[in-house]
Amino acid sequence: MTSSETAERPVVEMTGISIEFPGVKALDQVDLRLFPGEVHALMGENGAGKSTLIKALTGVYGIDAGEILVDGRSHRFSGPGESQDAGIATVYQEVNLCENLTVAENIMLGNEPRRLGAIDWRATRREAARHLATMGLDIDPASSLGAHSIALQQLVAISRAMVVEAKVLILDEPTSSLDAGEVAQLFAVMRRLRDEGVAILFVSHFIEQVYEISDRMTVLRNGRLVGEYATATTDRVELVSTMIGRSMEVLEDLHVSTDRTVEIERGSTPYLQAVGLGRKGSVQPFDLDVYSGEVVGLAGLLGSGRTEVARLLAGADRADSGTTRIKDAPAPLRNPRAAISRGIAFSSEDRKAEGVVGDLTVRENIVLGLQAGRGWMRRLPGRQVDEIVDKYVAALNIRPADPDALLRNLSGGNQQKVLLARWLATAPELLILDEPTRGIDVGAKAEIQKLVAELAGEGMAVVFISAELEEVLRLSHRIAVMRDRAKVAEIVNGEDVGVDEVVGLIASGGDH
Amino acid sequence: MREITRHALFWPVAALIALLVANTVYRPDFLAVTVLDGHLFGAPIDILRNAAPLMLVALGMTLVIATRGIDLSVGAVVAISGALSLSFIATSPDPGSVSTVLLAIAIALGVSLVLGVWNGFLVSVVGIQPIIATLILMTAGRGIAMLITEGQITTVTSAPFKTLGSGFWLGLPVATLVAGGVFLLVALLTRRTALGMLVESVGINPAASRLAGVKARTIVWTVFALSGLFSGLAGLILASNVMAADANNAGLFIELDAILAVVIGGTSLQGGKFSLSGTLVGVLIITTLTLTVTIVGISPLVTPLFKALVVIAVTLLQSPRIRETFAARARQRAARPEEVAA
Amino acid sequence: MAAVAPEQSTTGSPGPSRPRPQESRLRAIARRLRIDRRYMPVVGTFVVLALILVIGGARYENFLSAGVLANLFINNSFLIVLAVGMTFVILTGGIDLSVGAVLALSAVSAAYLLDAGVPAAVVLPAVVLIGSVIGLLIGLMVHVFDVQPFIATLAGMFFARGLCFVIAPESIPITDETFVAIAGWDTWVGGQWRMTSSVVVSLVVVALAFFLLHYTQFGRTVYAIGGGEQSARLMGLPVARTKVLVYVVSGTCAGLGGLLFAMYSRSGYSLTGVAMELDAIAAVVIGGTLLTGGTGFVLGSVLGVLVLGLIQTIITFEGTLSSWWTKIVIGALLLVFVVLQRVLTLRRT
Repeated sequence: MTSSETAERPVVEMTGISIEFPGVKALDQVDLRLFPGEVHALMGENGAGKSTLIKALTGVYGIDAGEILVDGRSHRFSGPGESQDAGIATVYQEVNLCENLTVAENIMLGNEPRRLGAIDWRATRREAARHLATMGLDIDPASSLGAHSIALQQLVAISRAMVVEAKVLILDEPTSSLDAGEVAQLFAVMRRLRDEGVAILFVSHFIEQVYEISDRMTVLRNGRLVGEYATATTDRVELVSTMIGRSMEVLEDLHVSTDRTVEIERGSTPYLQAVGLGRKGSVQPFDLDVYSGEVVGLAGLLGSGRTEVARLLAGADRADSGTTRIKDAPAPLRNPRAAISRGIAFSSEDRKAEGVVGDLTVRENIVLGLQAGRGWMRRLPGRQVDEIVDKYVAALNIRPADPDALLRNLSGGNQQKVLLARWLATAPELLILDEPTRGIDVGAKAEIQKLVAELAGEGMAVVFISAELEEVLRLSHRIAVMRDRAKVAEIVNGEDVGVDEVVGLIASGGDH
Repeated sequence: MREITRHALFWPVAALIALLVANTVYRPDFLAVTVLDGHLFGAPIDILRNAAPLMLVALGMTLVIATRGIDLSVGAVVAISGALSLSFIATSPDPGSVSTVLLAIAIALGVSLVLGVWNGFLVSVVGIQPIIATLILMTAGRGIAMLITEGQITTVTSAPFKTLGSGFWLGLPVATLVAGGVFLLVALLTRRTALGMLVESVGINPAASRLAGVKARTIVWTVFALSGLFSGLAGLILASNVMAADANNAGLFIELDAILAVVIGGTSLQGGKFSLSGTLVGVLIITTLTLTVTIVGISPLVTPLFKALVVIAVTLLQSPRIRETFAARARQRAARPEEVAA
Repeated sequence: MAAVAPEQSTTGSPGPSRPRPQESRLRAIARRLRIDRRYMPVVGTFVVLALILVIGGARYENFLSAGVLANLFINNSFLIVLAVGMTFVILTGGIDLSVGAVLALSAVSAAYLLDAGVPAAVVLPAVVLIGSVIGLLIGLMVHVFDVQPFIATLAGMFFARGLCFVIAPESIPITDETFVAIAGWDTWVGGQWRMTSSVVVSLVVVALAFFLLHYTQFGRTVYAIGGGEQSARLMGLPVARTKVLVYVVSGTCAGLGGLLFAMYSRSGYSLTGVAMELDAIAAVVIGGTLLTGGTGFVLGSVLGVLVLGLIQTIITFEGTLSSWWTKIVIGALLLVFVVLQRVLTLRRT
């Protein structure tokens, strides 16, 4: 590993940055240098301090120690406005634009050309159109921003950043909700800006993307700087091990423990049978059987319909065609309650919005599903609640092991475990997990994978969705491949099945 | 967590005590309670009796607010309930009979419940924001009440009905007993069953609650229905107090007082965690304040000014900014608390 | 290594193109008529207004006369001003319950000061300023102390109403010559259309508000906050200042509204404007502004006021209908509009 040095002066130089939150040292003596005309990746596991560092640079957080030099001049930002004035623009993961305004208004907001003190709308639209054109985007500036996809909104946000002729562009996980085509478009824009001399700070969980686009990278771990590396000369395995900072034995262990070739003892009927199940504008009619004791993986890109399948099976969305049968008896799944009462549990991909009830305690969150099923009149007896809670806090290794802690104070991984506990407490026969391991640290991830394998071993039917094909392959007995909102293939997993084959299926649409 | 709850109730209780102390200083016999004809009399009893209607309305409001809602229509429901019961009694052949009165009460409560269900329908089924959904009934409701009384202020004589607002039982005002009974009922309902937790769950995260299988729609619908029902009961007590149906002024601004009581009691308008005892304290503060103003000899018309001062004081003391200043004066941070959310 | 392999290679297959949702028929029509979706609710208001005019014109003689319509503006000039201020607040996603009480406070103060012999030239700006100051205090409560707008403006309402009674429990007539002269000034536009000074003031306020909202940074920030406060902040817009300012605008409008009301009634009375904030909110909602903020137009609010005024006029014309029908009809109309807005937002998603 070598750290690349350019003769040029860095446009941003952060040295010895420390930020403390009550009880937590979020950043401890971190350095970051950005040079003009480079794409610089900021890497680290969740909780490494990436977002905190970004927010320090954008003026959202004040720093407790250290120095921020922009163009050689020292700055202490006390708000996003000041950072922008210094030439630093940011595009956040959840696009921070106003959907109620037009594309042109969003691009120019705060920088509209004036005539006689009043906003000159003609010139504003013209300027916006010019900025879109220079980025090679074909979007009607007068259209409402809300009418466009997240990907386009992100590109609009970048256009906005370029209005102020930003010297530094920060992209915070811009690709997490884009499909491959959209990522390619984004990268094209990024390269164009880089060639114009803009310094781009790129944050992403996707290592392949980092290798594709970045020139150098800075790795953080637990709020500390691990190092600065040139991408081209850094080995992936090395990078990953610096990021997680521990051996990967946990995951290797798991590899052994799951024998994915095991033949499921299939009874005469599957636990759940979906025939022609579909929903307009969401997913085309598909057939899917799930047997007790097996893990069915759903593979596909984001937006391929994998989440939509899960939502239909869980009654979270209502199907407008097809039928579902459970243990060979008709079982319409009109709403989550209907599904739950049939023994189906569903953990949504959007943990924060659709899972965590932050202001309730761990205890209340764990029994929520069970209690909801009983209705409000038949309250779970206190002793039974304690038993259930103690059991899952121990079994899932929930930290802190305090049932009275508010769930919002737990880390992402532990929140996920509490949600799993909520579902396991309902003693489901079919567990549907949509990206249960997203955005949580490697340790918790391994524990959850292990749990899934064990549950299936004990006879539970599991539908497992993950953006990581590796993970799907490792856990699943069968894999349904999704593409363009339709199920295109179904394969039995085995030693001969690898990522390449599944990627091939996704790419070809199952034609070969 | 329990510490915070205790802390949240600290200022409201302090305010109540301060009010009572101020009154006692001004009029040393303020807290004295005497027995007359087997009934208890005195300022504390007055406070308890006057607080009854507001307490009823505020109880429903607390639950509604906990589910992220708000019910602006309670004042209108109070007016409708009073108008209905008194108009029914006035037009009945035997205004003094118990059966007439019971029937009148049943009709008024039934209609109030229906109005609550209507609000709940607009909010939970049609999906209209609570503030607007209930604004509709708030606007139209007084018109409906006037329609019932035909714009007249109907005065009625009916001894059994009068008992509800002015009677005594076991030495205590009937109205207080009714409100106290409903308070206990709601407390039992929310904390001995799972209703409280499910209401909070829906208020904190509706989407997650739905996926967890909570019948959010039913819960929201239920709390609005309860709010309507309790407002109807409050309307009956108020009507029985004056024995006249004044469609224009019955329960005027009671929605604001109720919301105030809830907020003073520490339940956030953002929904989620709620505190019934906090609401009780809030109601007592508002009622004591009103009585204080009269006792001190200021025109009751000026009462709003004092309410404003209490609201400002309590909300400011509860504001995160002030607390932070108290807690960590030394910390110098550019970041503002609302911007740390990430 | 395999354990932490990322998602699919980005250079692999081209991404699946997401199917576009079927364009709804309503939207298709709107597009053909070149009506931006944002104008749809206002168009609805306009249709209702036209309907009322047609029905009224068909049912009653003289309903469509210049006199009746001119009176509509004269009788509602203060409500127009209130609704304009309320529009600013609601556009940011807030609400202002204090305007009715502030209006009363301003009117009472005007009457009191004039009665005390203070010259009109001082009184006029002073009472408007009272509104601005209360608005500023509310804005600071909302912004600095994070008090919810509902509660902060509720406190403002109680405060202003209580202050009214401290100043004057009884109605004070206004006899100041200058003031009466200003209040009585009028002009005839086109020989038929009577415009009083109040109407002129209210129309100037509307024009000013339109300019502020659409041609200044402040106005754009108001819309941006309504679209997403966090976004607006991260865009580097002056969110804090703007949030305080909208309450100042609303308070100022309420102060001015009080002045207009004092001109209209030639007196100041502490019980004026009770529940008038509801009329203002109703006018704004019927005028097509979403209470969630970010969408709406000040001209829509003016239309909303006219709709409310016309309903009142119709009920007066009908003669046999009692006044309380006004409330019921307004409530019903609110219901229709709110449901309509709901349907429109549902189609959007």
